[in-house]
Amino acid sequence: MEWDWAFVIQILPTLIEGAKITILATVLGYILAAIVGLAIAIVRRSKNKLISRPMGFVAEFIRGTPLLVQLYFIFYVLPDLGLTLSPLVAGVIGLGLHYGTYTAEVYRAGIDNVARGQWEAAKACNLNAWQTWTQVILPQALPPMIPALANYFIAMFKETPLLSAITVLELMNQARSIANYNYRYIEPITLVGAFFLVISLISVVGLRWLERRYGRID
Amino acid sequence: MGQWAGYLQLILEGAVVTIKLTLMGSALALVMAFLAGIGRLSRFAPVRWLATAYIEFFRGTSIFVQLFWAYFVLPLFGFTLTPLQAGVLALGLNVGAYAAEVVRGAIKSIGKEQYEACTALNFNRWQGLRHVILPQAFVLMLPTFGNNAIELLKASAVVSLISLSDMTFQAQVVRAQTGSTLFPFLTILILYFAIACVISFAIRGLERHLTRGLDGIRS
Repeated sequence: MEWDWAFVIQILPTLIEGAKITILATVLGYILAAIVGLAIAIVRRSKNKLISRPMGFVAEFIRGTPLLVQLYFIFYVLPDLGLTLSPLVAGVIGLGLHYGTYTAEVYRAGIDNVARGQWEAAKACNLNAWQTWTQVILPQALPPMIPALANYFIAMFKETPLLSAITVLELMNQARSIANYNYRYIEPITLVGAFFLVISLISVVGLRWLERRYGRID
Repeated sequence: MGQWAGYLQLILEGAVVTIKLTLMGSALALVMAFLAGIGRLSRFAPVRWLATAYIEFFRGTSIFVQLFWAYFVLPLFGFTLTPLQAGVLALGLNVGAYAAEVVRGAIKSIGKEQYEACTALNFNRWQGLRHVILPQAFVLMLPTFGNNAIELLKASAVVSLISLSDMTFQAQVVRAQTGSTLFPFLTILILYFAIACVISFAIRGLERHLTRGLDGIRS
């Protein structure tokens, strides 16, 4: 089968529509993952074992099971419990929860890396918990986390094709419907692959820059 | 309750496929990881380029896209694969690329004095790698290999989309037949988690076995 450039030009606008949804889902999912991760990290630090242990188990459970099955769970099971979500919302929640458990580990390592003396100094200055976090701990903990957080952003971006399984019309889904309709697989699937490869190669360069700028965590 | 037993059996049949896929994919990934990881440290530039191209390509594109490419596009070039072959190939090559970086990192982290000792013993490069470097590096790789194997298990759910009847696929079958959603999906979530726990338990056991007698020598 030959590569057909005319067909490529013809399908490009549809693929670009899909790419927009892919990027939208990645950005929204990542914002949710950043928030969920921080919440998990803080709850797991709680001194009350009745709170921190179950949270730890839930996070381990989410991290140990496939994102695809979690997406099915959110998309098919929740409506039976009376909560109907649009495919895109279900997808964003799935991505956010799954990657939230990964970013939680990054936050945990970053917070643990802040020296003990900083906590004691905050106490000595009579800062309350909120002030300690926002003015002493987080400003020191966040910059070294940036490369690792960016790494998960790229990893999540590469997982967005899974959303096609719950009927989100993102890039992969558009490519598959074009392929099934025209019965030509080679161009749409290869273009999707090329799209991801180009974005990842660019982001690798960006990541190296972030690592030089903010230093590695570990 | 009686009807669920039959559906549970359907899901367990899928679990066997998932486990088979994970084992075969991990075996391929292990081979690729050592080939590409050691290849990246080769003296010969073309070997390094080839290994780097492999690693960047498979880490850069999504597993989902690779699987579809293997299943739908490769036949157009004359390689027809069964869903199981396409699944093992895509999973093994994808995770192998991630694990190759682990191999490379572990080999590079072995101290210079070990290489000097190899020279002192008049080992050639291959002998040094085989008898001195790899046995030490392998222990360092193990924990990350365990994580990689769990990632492979999780990624294997994607093969249900190319009509391979793994655990996720069977859960969809049960959903279609019964209309019940909570039972099949909760069951497979628990089963996936159980398999992941077995993997990390096995890796920890292997690690203990390999580091026996090394306490105090290495921190």
